[in-house]
This record gives sequence, C-alpha cells and structure tokens, in this order.
Amino acid sequence: MTETLSLSAPAPPAGLGAALRRAERPNRLRAFALALPALLFLVVTFAAPIGLFLTTAVRNPEVRAVLPQTIAALDGWDGHSTPGEEAFIALAADLARAKEDNTAAALGKRLNYESAGMRSRIMSVVRHLGNFKDGALAPQFAALDPVWASPDLWAVIKRNASPMTPYYLLTSVDLGQDASGGIARVEESQAVFLDILGRTLWIAGLVTVATLVLGFPTAYVVSLAPSRIAGFLLLLVLLPLWTSLLVRTTAWVVLLQTDGVINQALLALGLTTEKLQLMLTRFGTVTAMTHIQLPFTILPILSVMKSIPEGQMRAARSLGAPPFFAFWRVYAPQTLPGVAAGCLMTFILSLGYYITPALVGGPRDQMMSNFIATYINRDLNWGMAAALAGLLLVMTLSIYLAFLRLVGAERIKLG
Amino acid sequence: MWLPAYATRGERLCRLAVVTFAFAVLAFLIGPLFIVFPLSVSKDPFFTFPIQDYSWRWYADFFENPRWTQSLVNSLVAALFSTALATLFGTLAALGISRPGFPARKAVMALMISPMIMPVVIVAVGAYMFFGALGLTNTRTGLVLAHAALSIPFVVVTVLSALSTYDTNLTRAGASLGAGPVGVFFAVTLPLILPGIVSGALLAFAVSFDEVIVALFLTGAEQRTLPVQMFSGIRDQINPTIMAAASLLTTVSIALFVVLNLIRRVKRA
Repeated sequence: MTETLSLSAPAPPAGLGAALRRAERPNRLRAFALALPALLFLVVTFAAPIGLFLTTAVRNPEVRAVLPQTIAALDGWDGHSTPGEEAFIALAADLARAKEDNTAAALGKRLNYESAGMRSRIMSVVRHLGNFKDGALAPQFAALDPVWASPDLWAVIKRNASPMTPYYLLTSVDLGQDASGGIARVEESQAVFLDILGRTLWIAGLVTVATLVLGFPTAYVVSLAPSRIAGFLLLLVLLPLWTSLLVRTTAWVVLLQTDGVINQALLALGLTTEKLQLMLTRFGTVTAMTHIQLPFTILPILSVMKSIPEGQMRAARSLGAPPFFAFWRVYAPQTLPGVAAGCLMTFILSLGYYITPALVGGPRDQMMSNFIATYINRDLNWGMAAALAGLLLVMTLSIYLAFLRLVGAERIKLG
Repeated sequence: MWLPAYATRGERLCRLAVVTFAFAVLAFLIGPLFIVFPLSVSKDPFFTFPIQDYSWRWYADFFENPRWTQSLVNSLVAALFSTALATLFGTLAALGISRPGFPARKAVMALMISPMIMPVVIVAVGAYMFFGALGLTNTRTGLVLAHAALSIPFVVVTVLSALSTYDTNLTRAGASLGAGPVGVFFAVTLPLILPGIVSGALLAFAVSFDEVIVALFLTGAEQRTLPVQMFSGIRDQINPTIMAAASLLTTVSIALFVVLNLIRRVKRA
C-alpha cells in the first residue's frame, strides 16, 4: 500500500527547496522586522556605548595632541643617545603651547603612568619656561633634572607618539614595557592586577560552591514536597529575587555590624565572649553574595528535579539498590544539567558584583567592578578602567558562551 | 517526611536531616528581607534588638525630607518610562523571535539576553561615556534609555514563555475569518498573552526601580533615584531613615510579587 503510494507520488521538481525558501523569505523578514526595533535600541543604548568605552583601553591621544613638534623632531632619532638640540627646542615650544591650552597636566599624568616622575619633570619645565636663557636648551633641561639627558625618557615620549598603546592592557595583567619596548613583568610592588583578577574569580567560585551546597538539598526538598507546600516553598525562593539587591545588602550591613544582630545573638547565646569583626571581611562579603545568588542556583536545579520521574527511584530500590546508592547513581546524574545551568549563572553574575563588596567588603575584598569604578571616579583614568573592563568582559562572555552552548538562552526562565 | 512506606529507619532520619537543612536555608533566604521592617519602626537610632520603643519618626523623616521624596518621585518616573519602552520593544521582539523561521534565532537571543549577564559597572561606565558625548548625562532621558536596555531581556523572556503555550492555529483561525494580521493580534493573540506581557512589565519596573549602579553614574543631584540616595547614605553613615526607605522599597517589591502571582493564578484558573 505504502509502496504504491510512494510510487504514484510525483517526483519533487528540481529547485523546490529553493522555491520554498523564496516563498518563506517574506515571512522570515517580517519576523525579523518585529525584533529589529529592540535590536537597534540595544545596539544604540547598550552595545555601542560598551564598545566605545572599551576602545579607550588602547587609545593614546595625549602625546600626539600635546607634543606634535617634539614627535616630528624625534623622527630621525637613533634612540640610543640623548637627542639633538632640535628635540629640546621642539619640546619647549610644545610645552609653551600646552601651558596656554592647559593641557600640560594631562600630558604629565599620561607619561607618569609609563615612567614615574614624568609628571613633576614636565610640570617643572612648564614652570621654568620663562627662565630659559638664550643658547643651548639641552643643558638647561638637564639642570632642572639630569634625567632629561637620558635616552630612556625620550624613548617613552617617542613610543607614545603612536595613536594606540598596549600600556593599559599590559598593565591590567601586571606586564609592562621597558625602555627598549620589550615586555616584562612589572615590579613586585606594582603587581596588583593579577591579584585582583584572582580574587574576583576566587570570590565568585566560593559563592558558586556555597550556593550549590546550600541550594541543592533545598531544591531537592522543594521538589519532593506535596504540591501545595511546594508552591509555598517556591514563593520563598522567588521572593528574594524581587527585592532590591541594595536592600538585601543593607540588611547584611545591619546584621554583620560589630553591634549588629549576629554579634548580639552570638553573645546572648554565649557562643562567643567578644564581638566578632564581620563587616568589611571576606566572610561577610561571601555570605551576603551567597544569600543574594542562592535563588539563581536553586531555580534551574529545581526545574530539572521536577522533571525526573518519581518511579525511577522506586525502580532502583526494587532492583536492590540501597537508598544512597540509588540516589547517587540514578537521581544525581540526571540533575547535572540543572546544576550546570544554576552554577554557571551564579558564577557569571558573581564576577560582576559591585554593590555588595563596596558596602560589606574591606579593601582586600574589592572586586574587578569596584576597581573599574574607582579608576573612573577617583583617578579619572579611563584607559585603565577600560582595560580592566575588557578583561572582566572576556571572562564573563566566555562563561556566557559556555552557558549558551550547554543550556541555551531559550531555557532561561524567570520564576 | 514525604517518604514511601517501605523507607528504612536510617532513610527517615536522613530525610529529616535534609528537610531540616532545607528549612534552615529557606529561613536564611527570607530572614534578612524582613529585618529592615522592625528596625525602621524602632525609636532608637541604633540597630539593636530587642526593640525598646516603637515610633514612626523615621518614616516622618523620610516624607518630610525633600531629598528623599524627590528621589522617590524620580525613581517612579524613570521606572514608568523605561518600563513602557522595554515592554513595547521586548514584546515586539518576542513576537518576532517566536515565529517559525526567525533568522539567526540563537545569535539574536544571545544579544537580547546579554544585558542580564553583563557586569552592570561596564554598562554604567559605557553609558556614562557615550551619553556624556550626546549631552544625556544628568538627564532623565539618559537614565530611562539605559534602564530600558537593562529591562528588555526580562520582557523578552517572559513574553516568549507566554507565547510558547500559545496555539498558533488560533491566529490562522482568526485570519480565515477575515481579520488582518493586526486585527488578529489585538483580537486574539494579545488577550491570550497579556498575562505574560504584564509579568514582563512588572519585572521591568522592578529592574529599573531597584537599579543603583547605572543611576549612580548617569544622574546628577536633580535626577537622583531612591536607591542612589540610599547607597550614598549607607556609605556615609547608615541611619534609621535608610531602614524606612529600605522597608518602602521592600514593600513595593512584595506588592509587585503578589500582583504577579495573582495574575498567574488567574491565568491558570
């Protein structure tokens, strides 16, 4: 019967696939047109600003803008000896201009990143410009500071004539360029950035593990409870997601204070004899972050646990498996997709924390985001902020890609 | 507890231990949310228990101080406008993405969701720089635009989830009865997915209303939002008026949460 049917069916004409695709094209375009406003909106208000900000990690406008004549004068310089008189004349002219335009300070600040003491050297020249006498300028510069005779100093200026700089990116991983342009580890005393990076990963890891240890049994119990009770327990997990992160952090500030609720309770119960320092500690930061992230870990695990048929454990038991063995070999492996989804989400979100470390943590608990904000707000060092942001973004996006691959964006649910 | 009849004694003990542990975790999860309420009505300016005397003075402080009331108004206005934008764009996008044959669905979804996972400081500094160049820092417009971007994924996800249970045959039925695409949408699709859209809008509102970091970078004294006002307060010197503000924020969150769950219940019934 089937054979007759298939024999009598006409062979599909050549190019049917292409014709179908052509016919479908208006529908596909219409579907895409619906998403277009949101896409354009996100590109303009979200993606483009972030992209633009990140480019400041390699932009190097200061020396080019302020010292054009000096750069030209250094064009044929060999790089090994003190440059000729024309370089000093050009620098004096550029700085005289900079003094009028009030751009000398920005230049000094920029060069100071690469070579300590450059700011004061530049500003000292700017102050003494009026006192320079006729005749050779090189000795007069050297009289202000003998380092002006050093080729290394001029090498820094020449190197930064380039519109792009690797300086901020290298610094963000504790590397630097020496006078000849070679890349090397920076001195121990200045190597802080890998520590910050490691600390951020470590705190995020601790929080992820803590939420899993607390969240897995909780999800298990919620999934086992009779549906009326389970519904109520689920509300208890969802409610914290709705309350503001700032309010939850505030609650922890109050709880962890030296005269706070936890210390009072511990003293009253006789568990401690003196007040513990909980605020401004790593313990406090991780505790508060674990509290905030817990629902993100619990919910995906719970949704997977609910889909595991109840009969499986019974079958395992009836086949002779002891209770824990049945749980470990039959039940637990099936929860892994939920565990992966929950832990990856918590790890991604923990990497970017700002508010909680800022309010609950001490100086040693500040994470990447806190340093990015500090570089903008206190130091006005956009390049360094952008380099750190780039590093944080690379870490976040690589784990996000793993999340998309393993879990998929369609599987994200909000309660 | 919740065990089959054949469970052994050891199993029962073990289950009891796990259930106790889970309830302790749930208490840890919920407890801190409610700690701000008693402290906000304590007469003493110290955060100590047991509370000796009760008073509404910190709420009076809050509502008599124009800094706090203005920040509350600013937060509400910013949240309303950004919710409107995010709900419009997010719903349209979800309608498109849910159609069969939507091109590059995975890549588009990855981009749409990314504001949810992006470290907020990076979003904030980017907006600060970009909007600064456009003259939009220290304006309400800048804040509304940035908050709408952060809220869009929440709308997309909830509306998509509502659309996943929507029977597309209904659209065809509507069309076969002579309605145009727009007519079908308003007469058939919209009423059915409305609970999803409202849930998304509530989430979008909560995202904007509670957001601190972007607001910290984009607002000046005049557009300062309630969370920003709280954040600076906690940094300087934490005072009981902040507890009153935190209690109000939590009350709004709980109210939104209750409304959302009522909508879900109605939808299920």
